[in-house]
Amino acid sequence: MTMRISADEITQRSHDIIRDLKHLEGPMLPILHALQAEFGHVPNEAKRIIADELNLSRAEVHGVVTFYPDFRDHRGGRHVLKICRAEACQSMGGDTLADRVRQLLGIDFHQTTADDAVTLEPVYCLGLCACAPAAMLDGEVYGRVDEHCLSEIVGEIGR
Amino acid sequence: MTLIHETDYGTPVSRSEKQVTLTIDGRSITVPEGTSIMRASMEAGIQVPKLCATDMVDAFGSCRLCLVEVEGRNGTPSSCTTPVAPNMVVHTQTSRLKDIRRGVMELYISDHPLDCLTCAANGDCELQDMAGAVGLRDVRYGYEGGNHVRSRNDGEINARWMPKDETNPYFTYDPSKCIVCSRCVRACEEVQGTFALTIEGRGFESRVSPGAHEHFLESECVSCGACVQACPTATLTEKSVIAIGQPEHSAVTTCAYCGVGCSFKAEMRGEELVRMVPWKDGQANRGHSCVKGRFAYGYASHKDRILNPMIREKISDPWREVTWEEAFSHVATEFRRIQYQYGRDAIGGITSSRCTNEETFLVQKLVRAGFGNNNVDTCARVCHSPTGYGLGQAFGTSAGTQNFDSVEHSDVVIVIGANPTDGHPVFGSRLKKRLRQGAKLIVIDPRRIDLVRTPHVEAAYHLPLKPGTNVAVMTALAHVIVTEGLGAEQFIRERCDWSEFEDWAAFVSQEAHSPEATESFTGVPADLLRGAARLFATGGNGAIYYGLGVTEHSQGSTTVMAIANLAMVTGNIGRPGVGVNPLRGQNNVQGSCDMGSFPHELPGYRHISDDATRETFEKLWGVTLNNEPGLRIPNMLDAAVEGTFRGIYIQGEDILQSDPDTKHVSAGLAAMECVVVHDLFLNETANYAHVFLPGSTFLEKDGTFTNAERRINRVRKVMTPKNGYADWEVTQKLAQAMGLNWNYTHPSEIMDEIAATTPSFALVSYDYLDRMGSVQWPCDEAHPQGSPIMHVDGFVRGKGKFIRTEYVATDERTGPRFPLLLTTGRILSQYNVGAQTRRTENVAWHEEDRLEIHPHDAEQRGIKDGDWIKLASRSGDTTLRALITDRVSPGVVYTTFHHPDTQANVITTDFSDWATNCPEYKVTAVQVSPSNGPTEWQEDYNDLSRRSRRIAGKMEAAE
Repeated sequence: MTMRISADEITQRSHDIIRDLKHLEGPMLPILHALQAEFGHVPNEAKRIIADELNLSRAEVHGVVTFYPDFRDHRGGRHVLKICRAEACQSMGGDTLADRVRQLLGIDFHQTTADDAVTLEPVYCLGLCACAPAAMLDGEVYGRVDEHCLSEIVGEIGR
Repeated sequence: MTLIHETDYGTPVSRSEKQVTLTIDGRSITVPEGTSIMRASMEAGIQVPKLCATDMVDAFGSCRLCLVEVEGRNGTPSSCTTPVAPNMVVHTQTSRLKDIRRGVMELYISDHPLDCLTCAANGDCELQDMAGAVGLRDVRYGYEGGNHVRSRNDGEINARWMPKDETNPYFTYDPSKCIVCSRCVRACEEVQGTFALTIEGRGFESRVSPGAHEHFLESECVSCGACVQACPTATLTEKSVIAIGQPEHSAVTTCAYCGVGCSFKAEMRGEELVRMVPWKDGQANRGHSCVKGRFAYGYASHKDRILNPMIREKISDPWREVTWEEAFSHVATEFRRIQYQYGRDAIGGITSSRCTNEETFLVQKLVRAGFGNNNVDTCARVCHSPTGYGLGQAFGTSAGTQNFDSVEHSDVVIVIGANPTDGHPVFGSRLKKRLRQGAKLIVIDPRRIDLVRTPHVEAAYHLPLKPGTNVAVMTALAHVIVTEGLGAEQFIRERCDWSEFEDWAAFVSQEAHSPEATESFTGVPADLLRGAARLFATGGNGAIYYGLGVTEHSQGSTTVMAIANLAMVTGNIGRPGVGVNPLRGQNNVQGSCDMGSFPHELPGYRHISDDATRETFEKLWGVTLNNEPGLRIPNMLDAAVEGTFRGIYIQGEDILQSDPDTKHVSAGLAAMECVVVHDLFLNETANYAHVFLPGSTFLEKDGTFTNAERRINRVRKVMTPKNGYADWEVTQKLAQAMGLNWNYTHPSEIMDEIAATTPSFALVSYDYLDRMGSVQWPCDEAHPQGSPIMHVDGFVRGKGKFIRTEYVATDERTGPRFPLLLTTGRILSQYNVGAQTRRTENVAWHEEDRLEIHPHDAEQRGIKDGDWIKLASRSGDTTLRALITDRVSPGVVYTTFHHPDTQANVITTDFSDWATNCPEYKVTAVQVSPSNGPTEWQEDYNDLSRRSRRIAGKMEAAE
């Protein structure tokens, strides 16, 4: 389990990440991804450093970060489970799946279980319409999610 | 008079030379290539419905209201983002378009409050207009469900609703009325260049966010007002409109703050000013503004403003209110008595760079024709007198060479001794726009000003020189250009005196002027300086902009000449995008100089000893003029202390606060017998006055201001003077009391007299200005349209003159007792000595002057951020609070001079420019030490101020 880290350390590690990536063309998104991978979220302190290093305003960085629901402003659980809520999946039983997942985990969307094991998020299309309903656990996609598949996913989470 | 409605063409003008002809709704129209269909339609007189488009910012295509149909093309393209094409046939109104537009409006209105009757934008709302334009009759989606409009839905808290943000003193942000058109965000980015706003979130959650979801006041917002102007609804609204209501008439006038000279519409209801809105046709500002001009006009109705004339025997007496007649006859009697007793030269006058050209002209006329001497001077003495002298010597005219539009054509810009984003914000925004387009920037300044690095702008070079070494740095730049053969030889051979050039080239080529040799005392690394010189010489159109950081030095005039040399050697004179551009501090400092405010010059920079010029005025005025120059301000004060100068008429200038060596000024004033101060407020100088004549604001008079680009702009009266008389009337009545036969009934008659006597104003009249909007002098038979760019076909003086610029270190040096160098400057929200801005809500941004000090210097002295410190120089000491920052280099400290409590000029010395006496404000050797309160001098002075502001029969006047 990741320990809580100090603000100074966040600043230091953010600086390092941003300096490594700022030479890229269009560096903001790679930086945000790297920060989220490092901290599990994009810390507020880091937004100021990005603005400063890339010579942007705080507003601009804030605009980009908030545009993408994937970037979190606080830490999530150890796992992130995304259930597709878009039209194709809904037509293939996505609503029932969503209800079942919430019931199994005992949390609603955007929430994290009390043991910090998993955060549940809705997602709007994983590009897997042909295999609807679809889900994604920690970046790995699952198609035609049925009761069997779901227990496999929950098993993964338990580990 | 009615409200001026400016046409919104929806998208910016295209500068293409190529013309395109198309048909819109059966009308044929020809426009420049690159014009949007929306703009072309508007030019054909057809207004396509729109919400997210406005011609101050680029097209965005988000509102989906401006759709049109184009024959031969599929779909319904948005007219704002679709450029015209030859022979295109466009339809702006079809049944398909009508249905789409109405559907879009239904969506907008389903999430918008329906409180139009009580809304501040009622009568000025584009959403309302568009609902009317598309024939919205019903909203099929209803008003229930998710919304941003109500704080509660069916008793439940609505998480999407956000309360109003009223933190900015001048406008409110009401998210519930926002339609997310992004006009504010784009105005902040494209027009102002601050990037303080963004759209946070996406989809239905999108909303405007200042900074990172901050309040406006604590965000990066600089309160320029561009977003408020751009907002089509009541989301961003001036608090004055909320308080008063919509204006009913307006007049175009000119801002009375800095030398950019922005044009504004003063929007009125009766005689009440509702708001100031920048005028898009204003040729200096092109529809933009800053926090001062846009919002900080509250001083005009501040309770501190004095509205009745006052007299007192001694400065220790309380003031006694008198009638205007009594005041005029008292001054006339006193001035005549002093002249009888001490001689004709014992009195003089000071003209104001805040007043109009006409008023300034009258004051110098009063001195020359009425007092019978040439003891007239102006506050330009303490700011840009070296510009007048230096450029006069090099080029033959005492003014900047360009218009502000010129910056749109610059490729490399040097900013030296100026801080445009604070001091000249609208020009700063125009410069930043050009820099974002790719122009390169070189900043020469001891302090890391915002332009060095600010979102989307980064200087290619920042040369952080030691204060006082401007000449050495400028000469070293020339050294690199000459020795590396980067000069524009053809330009120099054609336009300049070649033998003078050769002499100068030999001089700058000396090893002593190389960047390597000067590095040790300028503090500028040689490789940086060489890089900057090469960039400027080879980077295309090179323009130099400078401010008081150049002029207010003992070698101010020399630096101006060095700047002129640099422009000439690189061939950067006489076309758009180049030139030498002084950024003038005050609204009419250019004009006050033009109007003959200096003791040696009659209007139009003609020397008083020139017989022909004198004769022109003598004939018209029916007097004999003295052919000897009179006293400058410092000489008047010296003479006062000596006892030979006894009376002075000071119009609109606070010399006690703005002139160097405050103690010397106060001693001079205290020695006089009749000090007449003509001002809006009991300013610091008035502490030493015997007569106070209340002044009028720029809103209360007709006249003209001349800005930094020589542009003569009209000032129009929108309200009756609260004090009874416009300033020109006061001067006239004073002249009449002294027996002069003056009978002007309107300032236009004064302008006619100026035009008749001053060749460079020959064609200027109020009729002409009303026709042209504004004009840049010279405006004569040879230049009937005025002169946006000077020296186009050759220099005014004939051949451009290269002048040797030997660096001489100032006598003001650091040593063990005073190891730090103090330099001074301005901040965005405040203006000069602050007499106006301190009496507005602008104090929300800057309530006191702070001393910027480098962390290293602070630590050595045990000073923490916010500590009270004592700032001491050889002249005096004062206290203020410290601000620890690495914007200043070690060894350099910096402060503003906006607050009288600080009295930064107690610290400054009486060293001055060798040629013009312009004081050396920008370099003072100082020591900084911890302190626990105001100095004795500050306490004594506060005591004096309190006593000298007493008015008999009134409560003690508050400062």
